Amino acid sequence: MTDRVRRLAEFAIERTLFLCAAFSILVTAGIILVLLWETAAFLGDVPLSEFLFGTVWTPLFYDKHFGVLPLVAGTLLASAIAMAVALPSGLLIAIYLSEYAASPVRRAVRPVLEVLAGVPTVVYGYFALQFMTPLLQSFVPGLAGFNALSPGIVMGIMILPMISSLSEDALHSVPNGLREGAYALGATRMQTALRVVVPAAFSGISAATVLAASRAIGETMIVAIAAGQQPRLTLDPRVPVETMTAYIVQVSLGDTPTGTLEYRTIFAVGMLLFLSTFTLNLISNWLRERFREEYA
Amino acid sequence: MTVLVHPDVSTRFLKRIGDRLLSAFGLLVTLLALIALGALVYDIASDGVGRLSWSFLTSYPSRRAQDAGILPALAGSLFVISLTALIAIPLGVSAAIYLEEYGGRGRVSRLIEVNISNLAGVPSIIYGLLGLGLFVRVMGMERSVLAGASTLALLALPVIILATREALRAVPKSLREASYALGATKWQTVWHQVLPAATPGVLTGLILALSRAVGETAPLITIGALTYVPFVPTDVWSPFTVLPIQIFNWVSRPQAAFAHNAAAGILVLLVLLLAMNAVAIVLRDRFQKRMA
Repeated sequence: MTDRVRRLAEFAIERTLFLCAAFSILVTAGIILVLLWETAAFLGDVPLSEFLFGTVWTPLFYDKHFGVLPLVAGTLLASAIAMAVALPSGLLIAIYLSEYAASPVRRAVRPVLEVLAGVPTVVYGYFALQFMTPLLQSFVPGLAGFNALSPGIVMGIMILPMISSLSEDALHSVPNGLREGAYALGATRMQTALRVVVPAAFSGISAATVLAASRAIGETMIVAIAAGQQPRLTLDPRVPVETMTAYIVQVSLGDTPTGTLEYRTIFAVGMLLFLSTFTLNLISNWLRERFREEYA
Repeated sequence: MTVLVHPDVSTRFLKRIGDRLLSAFGLLVTLLALIALGALVYDIASDGVGRLSWSFLTSYPSRRAQDAGILPALAGSLFVISLTALIAIPLGVSAAIYLEEYGGRGRVSRLIEVNISNLAGVPSIIYGLLGLGLFVRVMGMERSVLAGASTLALLALPVIILATREALRAVPKSLREASYALGATKWQTVWHQVLPAATPGVLTGLILALSRAVGETAPLITIGALTYVPFVPTDVWSPFTVLPIQIFNWVSRPQAAFAHNAAAGILVLLVLLLAMNAVAIVLRDRFQKRMA
């Protein structure tokens, strides 16, 4: 091969690789365009204020109402329960593994916890419906067969490894000098962990928390299987609710013709879901960047 | 009056108790998480193992739970994931090579990087809406294997890119420099030195991304994949179903017999995932030996 041909080939290869990388921009553009297109058509028929602030969601009934608040309430309720399970326990596990456990224990526990994050969500849905709900019904009075509590708890188990391993990374990267300083002042391990190391890793831990919340809001199958499909504006964790994601599944399972208002509702709800998780992800990224600057 | 116990001693005692408590509590919660995993596996195994049989694997779905099988779903899963791999792996690995080896610190590379990490955080059901709007409607693929695989490929792409970049980053700089010193071009260096050295890591990342895609349910339901498929998909235009959708379909029915089918289906899905991970480990070991 002559030099000229070789240089040309190198150039062609680099351009091709660049196009592959740039393709990811097209994916983002595709998501935004598809959501915008159908949402705009939806908002042509339903005023934005009714969609955002209406309290009744019955697009599939004869008497149609398009207030998304019941779906938002269901999503927030299930995610809040998940966070209430995952945040304290994930943080405790992270503190234990990073500050107390011997390193063989840490090396053994971490991969097993990560298995929890790799279990398909439909499996967690089965677990919530067939195991957790009957278990909870034995001591929670008035718990319906479909409810927000059971899928919320199971979702908490699912996102726990995310909080524990990201927080542990944050705790781990706190310089040892800080710990030694605390010990030199006579602090115990607990005082060092809770008053020095955790505050020092605070932005890393919050980044993990926000990311986990975003994952919980976007989680679909667990709530679609175990929370029921009744949009209801309530904070009672014992009754059936419907989340934004479960609504999209519900419509997709039916035979809703393209181009109808019912069909467009799933894109409008999807847009709201996309914007919420996108905002949370941005906040999480910002927090992580800040953490990186502190100990660079 | 003499002080029998020095005040310091009692507070030190309390502090030590607090220390022990925190440690014990941490251990307890860690064990609880592991017990939850154990309960999950036990619950599913005890519900499902009775339904596992050769005929369960080779039968078509049925209205009677005892006769129902998962052949179309298993075949569909294998077909969809192979096609997903075919689409996503070349794209993802090429993108990762560009960003890691060629990209530099330019503004465009930076934009692409931020974009990819954002894509990794988009909920999977949103990819389903993209697939529905783009592949199923605009491109007219209908509810085919190709539409499903394309949707899953987009979903797996950011994971593949991030994992591949990590594997490429782990290849020591000296290897590249030695190659350049011998007069190799950039691409010769990447193709003959960097990629082979990174293969074990890349393979692990690829299998991880694909095993996540195998377990995905929501995006495929959203593009309209069928829940009742009494045939094995024959080509990329066939309608299809996959294991997670079949499991979901069975879980949603009120009869206990179908719940047992769902548990058996989950066992098959978990075995498939384990097999994929085993393949990853075997491949990684083989490549590592060759490199050593």
